[in-house]
Amino acid sequence: MLKLEARPQPSRLMSFASPLLALAITVVIGVGLFVLLGKDPVRGLQMFFVEPVKNLYGVAELSVKATPLILIALGLSVCYRSNVWNIGAEGQYIFGALGGGWVAMQAGASTEWMGHFYVVPILAAGVLAGMFWAAIVALLRDRFSANEILVSLMLVYVADLLLGWLVNGPWQDPEGHNFPQTITFLAQTKVPRLVQGLRANIGVVVALAAVAGFWVFLFRTYRGFALQVGGLAPAAAKYAGFSSRGALWLALLISGGMAGLAGALEAAGPLGQLTPYVPAGYGFAAIIVAYVGRLHPVGIIFSGILMSMFYIGGELAQSRLGLPKALTGVFQGLLLFSLLACDTLIFYRLRSHHPAPHPTPAPRTNAAAVTKGA
Amino acid sequence: MDGLALLLAATLNAGTALAIAGIGLLINERAGVINLGAEGLMLVAAIAGFATTVHTGSSWLGFGAGMLSGAVLASLFGLLVIWLNTNQVATGLALSLFGGGFSAFLGISYVQEKLGEQPQFSIPVLGDLPFVGPALFRQHPMVYIAIVLTVLLAWFLYRTRAGLVLRAVGESPESAHALGYPVRRIRLAAVAVGGAMCGLAGAYISVIYTPLWVEGMIAGKGWIALALTTFATWRPARVLLGAYLFGGVTMLQFYLQGNGVHIPVQFLGMLPYLSTVVVLVLISSNANWVRANMPASLGKPFFPGS
Repeated sequence: MLKLEARPQPSRLMSFASPLLALAITVVIGVGLFVLLGKDPVRGLQMFFVEPVKNLYGVAELSVKATPLILIALGLSVCYRSNVWNIGAEGQYIFGALGGGWVAMQAGASTEWMGHFYVVPILAAGVLAGMFWAAIVALLRDRFSANEILVSLMLVYVADLLLGWLVNGPWQDPEGHNFPQTITFLAQTKVPRLVQGLRANIGVVVALAAVAGFWVFLFRTYRGFALQVGGLAPAAAKYAGFSSRGALWLALLISGGMAGLAGALEAAGPLGQLTPYVPAGYGFAAIIVAYVGRLHPVGIIFSGILMSMFYIGGELAQSRLGLPKALTGVFQGLLLFSLLACDTLIFYRLRSHHPAPHPTPAPRTNAAAVTKGA
Repeated sequence: MDGLALLLAATLNAGTALAIAGIGLLINERAGVINLGAEGLMLVAAIAGFATTVHTGSSWLGFGAGMLSGAVLASLFGLLVIWLNTNQVATGLALSLFGGGFSAFLGISYVQEKLGEQPQFSIPVLGDLPFVGPALFRQHPMVYIAIVLTVLLAWFLYRTRAGLVLRAVGESPESAHALGYPVRRIRLAAVAVGGAMCGLAGAYISVIYTPLWVEGMIAGKGWIALALTTFATWRPARVLLGAYLFGGVTMLQFYLQGNGVHIPVQFLGMLPYLSTVVVLVLISSNANWVRANMPASLGKPFFPGS
């Protein structure tokens, strides 16, 4: 019988190996699922892991999906490291799109002088709007100790309904044949593209800069350190005089701002207008990205790309193999599940356990001493 | 008067699913495990129950399928958090995300399906009374079952030895372990039962309440049920009361809409979510009240011999 035994120290090796192991488990289950659905598993896996990176066009599309995922996951990683459970990034993302979208709609003759720099206030508005929506969570948790998990999630539904009202009411395009959508934003508001003809835009650069920024913040600043201590050992943080209230506000404002930034980039980028379809589940998928990326900025790049492959693979599996697009969600969920299970091996090791009590043979201690000495 | 009777009847009906899920979650929280996967469980159970009812024509078999799927998924969650000591919050979230995707995947061919005509229920004599008849006594049996389950749970928790053990496991797993109780098995059983109840609630929504299948149709009811246990400070009767309160809020939006109140539908739709936030704030602001009733080991893993 196998038994879990606590490791004296968390295994560094396993913390790197665990996401790969989890991916392997997800792939194995995926192969089983393809066979069950009567599809060629090799073709199925190709859709997810080969087709998206086959050419430049594919890579550009991948970057369009990976950018919001990475941005939101970076913010969430700060939250989760400080033990603040913001799971409402989707709502903060919607608010970012609303803030950015509103500024984009104000563009006109009077703003022409700004040229493409008009994108800067759009993104700033997105950040502020996302921060605002997260600040409500922080306020209610701070003042009334209301559970941030439930509050942040409830606010996703509220933000979604607010978006629905705006695009059906005050913000509706008067010439849009009564479709629930705003006007198409002017060309000036468009997030500039990196290369002509591909959808990849400067959001990628912003995301990479954010990765660097978060790495510095988490591992090279006093504030970042205090935040993490608060998450790992609240008592130690208190003793050291790190404010837990400050950490709560900081974590929520950062993650709200990042989700808002992603929302504004999406609204003024690939979308170009607001519709009820602004929320695409990035806020929830980013939770998985943050975890699979080990809550580490560099890890989040890889997991963000992986999750985007799941998105694009799901779309391809639908169009080419006639499989439901919902496969994406199944695989994303499976990945997080297997990751959490594999993570156990960071703190515990598997030992075969013999029910019959054998006295430990004496030479073993000698052997241990020898290895130690060598 | 008739309108009011119907509103009352609709409130009880809307609150029933929340009540069943809420008392299910209460059971596993009393044992010290918080299952944030309720929403995902309910979604999978909703499609499992709906599909079973479509194929068999029996809503009761549908409920059974919902309960079974809920119990299986919750046990999977239980194995992870209880035996592998994974983080309860993260694992619950994983279950919710997985359930959302998995149910959408399973449900694709059922989106257009309709269920056959469901029989109308009425309790003899009582159902014919004026006002109270249509308001209280012409409900689906599950409405009464929810009430019975609540009473049973209250009796189980406070009047039986097994209930005492369950609470002990939630309050102090170390002591329960020292007394020789199998803490982890009791927790797993509590999680499975809680999952079965969530599954029953999910199936009730798709088979009776709505009755149809749409992706994401639980629309946060799993999360509201989780909030209910806090709102109820972990007391069964208060869960039931809270569920009817939320049922009333949900129905209020349709009532207002029907009576020509000029508020955009989206704002009325926000009511259940906003009231959840308000209720959480009101309850949580009284720290002593929450702390006095919250199972002391809620959300904390227990690893015997560590």
